[in-house]
Amino acid sequence: MDENCLLELKGISKTFSGVNALQKVDLKIKAGKIHALAGENGAGKSTLMKIIVGVYQPDENCGEMKFEGKIVQHASPQNAQDLGIGIIYQEFSLIPHMTVYENIFLGRELRKKNGLLDKKAMRKKAIELLSHLGIDIDPNAKIVELSIAQQQFVEIAKAISLKVKVLILDEPTAPLTPVEVENLFRLMKELRNKGVGMVFISHHLEEIFEIADEVTCLRDGQTVGYKTIEDLDIKELIRMMVGRDVSQTFPVNDVAIDYTSRPLLSIKELQRTNHTPKVSFDLFPCEILGVAGLVGAGRSELVKALTGADSSVVKVIEMNGETIKVKNPKDALDLGIGLLPEDRKTQGLILDFSVEYNVVINTLKESLNNIHTIRKRSLSVRTKKQIDALGIKTPSERTIVKNLSGGNQQKVVIAKWLSTKCKILIFDEPTRGIDVGAKAEIYELMRRLTRKGMGIIMISSELPEVVGISDRVLVMRKDNIVATLTKDEITPDRIMEYAAGAKGGNNAQ
Amino acid sequence: MHNSEVSNGMKFNREKFVHYITSRPELLSLCGFVILCIFMTIVSDRFLSMNNITNIARQVSINAIIASGLTMVILTGGIDLSVGAVMALSGTFVAGAMLNGVSPIFAVCIGLAVGICAGFINGFLVAYAHMPAFIVTLAMMEVPRGIALLYTGGYPLSGLPKSFSILGRGEVLGLQTPILVMFIVYIFVYIILNHLPFGRYVYAIGGNEESVRLSGIKVNKYKMMVYAMSGLTASISGVVLSSRLMSGQPNSGVGFELDAIAAVILGGTDIAGGKGHIVGTLIGALILGVLNNGLNLMGVSPYSQKVLKGAIIILAIYISSSRQKKQ
Repeated sequence: MDENCLLELKGISKTFSGVNALQKVDLKIKAGKIHALAGENGAGKSTLMKIIVGVYQPDENCGEMKFEGKIVQHASPQNAQDLGIGIIYQEFSLIPHMTVYENIFLGRELRKKNGLLDKKAMRKKAIELLSHLGIDIDPNAKIVELSIAQQQFVEIAKAISLKVKVLILDEPTAPLTPVEVENLFRLMKELRNKGVGMVFISHHLEEIFEIADEVTCLRDGQTVGYKTIEDLDIKELIRMMVGRDVSQTFPVNDVAIDYTSRPLLSIKELQRTNHTPKVSFDLFPCEILGVAGLVGAGRSELVKALTGADSSVVKVIEMNGETIKVKNPKDALDLGIGLLPEDRKTQGLILDFSVEYNVVINTLKESLNNIHTIRKRSLSVRTKKQIDALGIKTPSERTIVKNLSGGNQQKVVIAKWLSTKCKILIFDEPTRGIDVGAKAEIYELMRRLTRKGMGIIMISSELPEVVGISDRVLVMRKDNIVATLTKDEITPDRIMEYAAGAKGGNNAQ
Repeated sequence: MHNSEVSNGMKFNREKFVHYITSRPELLSLCGFVILCIFMTIVSDRFLSMNNITNIARQVSINAIIASGLTMVILTGGIDLSVGAVMALSGTFVAGAMLNGVSPIFAVCIGLAVGICAGFINGFLVAYAHMPAFIVTLAMMEVPRGIALLYTGGYPLSGLPKSFSILGRGEVLGLQTPILVMFIVYIFVYIILNHLPFGRYVYAIGGNEESVRLSGIKVNKYKMMVYAMSGLTASISGVVLSSRLMSGQPNSGVGFELDAIAAVILGGTDIAGGKGHIVGTLIGALILGVLNNGLNLMGVSPYSQKVLKGAIIILAIYISSSRQKKQ
C-alpha cells in the first residue's frame, strides 16, 4: 500500500483475563513521520506499545501486524529489536556506573583479535555516532554523571546504533525542563530527516501540536480517530480523548456544603521538596474534594506528604481551626486523618493475612482487656460488623485477603479506616482495577460517609469519576495546584485543559 | 452412588487436611521431630532413657532460648547474627559483676541489661538508620565479643559465688533450672506474639511493612524493640551458660547464631518474615538437639554430623520455599 509505511497494525486486540485492554486498534507508522499517540490514562497506549515491541502478544486470530509489508509476529522484545523497532521507556535501561560508550555497546562489545575489549574502537565509534546525531556528550562519562536529558539522548543514540527504523518514545518529555524538551525535539527532527518513523506519547497536548505530523487517539482501548496535525486543533483532540458518555450514575450530594464555615482541614502551606511549589487548599465537612491531574502530576506525593508518610520541607496545617503537627502516619491516625493508598496490594493490605487481621491492625488497642492482652472475640465481632456494613463478599473473616476480588480487597482497606475514628479520609485511586458494580458501591459509601460530616479527598485518574462524584476539584500539574473548580465549573474538558497545560499557563515554577 | 459420595467426602477432607498442614508448617516440623525420635529409639536403646532425655532438654535449652528472640526478629523480616557475641558479653559481665562483689541477683540484672542495650543498638541502626540488618548484626558479632575479651583480658572469669550455680545446675520442682527458664521464656514469647498488639505488629511488619506504616503504626519503634528482645533472650542464655560453667567465658557462644537460625527455620518460620510460630522454633531446637545427641550415640563422627546438619537445614529451606511457590 503506502510506499513509506513502515509498521502497520490492523484490528489488534488484547485481553487480560477477560478484560479488553485493546479492541481492534489500527495504527500506521510511516518513515520520516512523527506519529503522536494520544489518550487518557488507561486508554491502552502502553499496552499497544508493548505489543509493538514484543513484550505482549496480541490475541490470536485478531488482526495483523505488518512490518515493511510483511506480516510479523514477534514473540519477544529481541525479535522486535532485530526487525528494527526500538523503544525509549520512561525508566531508562542504562547501567548507571558504566560509561556512555560501554552502554551503547552493551551486549555487542567490539573485541580485539586476542579477545580483549577494543575500548579504543568503541570510543571512536561512539564519538562518530554522537556527533552524527549532533549530541554533545563525552563518551567516557559515566551515566550517573549525566543529567536525565543527557541519559535520554544516550538511550536514543543506542537505539539508533542498533539501526532502528521505528522508534517509540513513551512520554520522553515528562522528566525534562523546557530547554531540554527543545533539544529533544531538535534531535527528533534530525531523526525524522534521516527517515526514522517515530511514535511519540505525551500527556502535554501542546507538545503534540509542536512536533507531531499525525495523531492517533485511543479511548478505552479503541481507536477513536486518526488525523494529520493540520486537520486538528487542541479542542478537537481533547474532545476525542474524553468524549465518552458519562453514563455511570453517581450518588448525588443532598447535603449542602457551607463553604463559608470553618474548614475541616486547612492546608495553609505545604511544600514537599525545595524544588516543588508551595500549595494550599481547604477541605470542608461533608465534602468530597476531587484531585485530578495526569500521571506524575504529584497528586499521590501531595497526600503522602500531607499525612506524614513522606517528608516535606514546609507544612502548616490547621484542623478545625487549630494548628496540628503530622510528622508520621501515626500522628495522622491519632488526629483522625486516614490515607487509603493508591496501590492496595503493596501499600494498603497485608495480602497473606486474614481479612480480620487487615481490618483491625491499627485498632488492636481498642480490643484489649484489663491485663492488656488482645480479646480475640472482640476482633472478630468488630470485623464481622464491618463485613456486614460494607457488604464485603468473603467466606469468613479468617479468609486470606489475597483470595478476594479487587473490589472486596478495596473494601477491606476501607473497613480498616472505618474502624478508626477518622473524620478525614484520603482515597488515592479508590476504584483502580475494580469492576463497575463494586465501583458504584464505593461511590455510594463515600457519599454515605460525607453525609455523616466526614471530609473526603479523592485522587483519581478517571475523569468521569472525578466529574461525577466531586463537590469541588483541584487540578494538579507539575506538583502545583493549577485550578480549583467549583461544582458547576467541573467538566471533563476543563479539567483536561488545566491538567495538560492548555490553560492556566506554566505557572509551575 | 453411595460409594462416590463417600469418596467425595474423603477427598474433601484430605484437601482440607493438606491445607491445614501447609498453613501450619510447625506441624510438619512436629511430624519430623516424632519420626526422628522413633528412628533414634530404634537404632539406639539408650536414646529413650530418662537420663538421656533430660540431657537433651538441658543441652537444647541454651539454643532454644536464643532462638525464641531470634524468631521475633526473623518474623519481622530481619535477622540477628550478633546473638552469640551478645551472649558472651552478658556472660562475662554477669561474672565480672559478681567478682566485684555485686549480689548474684543484681549481677544477673546487669547481664540482661547489657544484652538489651546491645539489642537496642542493633535495632536503632536497622530501624532508624535504615541499615541492612544482615550487615549491622554481622558487624555486631565483633563489637560485643571484643568488649568481652577486653573486659576479661581473654581469660575465663571463675570463682563465682556458689548461689549463682542455681541457674545452670540447680533443680526446681524436680526440673533442671535451664529447662525451666526455657519454658518460662517460651511462655512469655508465646503471649507476646499471640496476645499482645506488639506481637501482631511483628507479624504484620513481616507481611507488608509499608502497609503497616501507612496504617499509622510506628514501624520503626517496633522493629527496634524486636532486636532488643533478641538481645534480651541472648543474654538470658548467656547468663544461664555462665552459671552452668560457673565462669564467664569471653569465647562462649561462637557459632551459636547459626544453630539458632537453624532452629527457627526448622520450626517452619519463613525466613522472609510474616509467617511462623514460636512453638515451631522450640520443636526446631529439639530436632537439632535430638539429632546431635542421636548421632553421638550412634558414634557418627563430628565431621559427618556437620555435613548432615547442613543438609537437613537446606532440606528445610527447600520445603519452605517450594511451599511458597505453590501458593
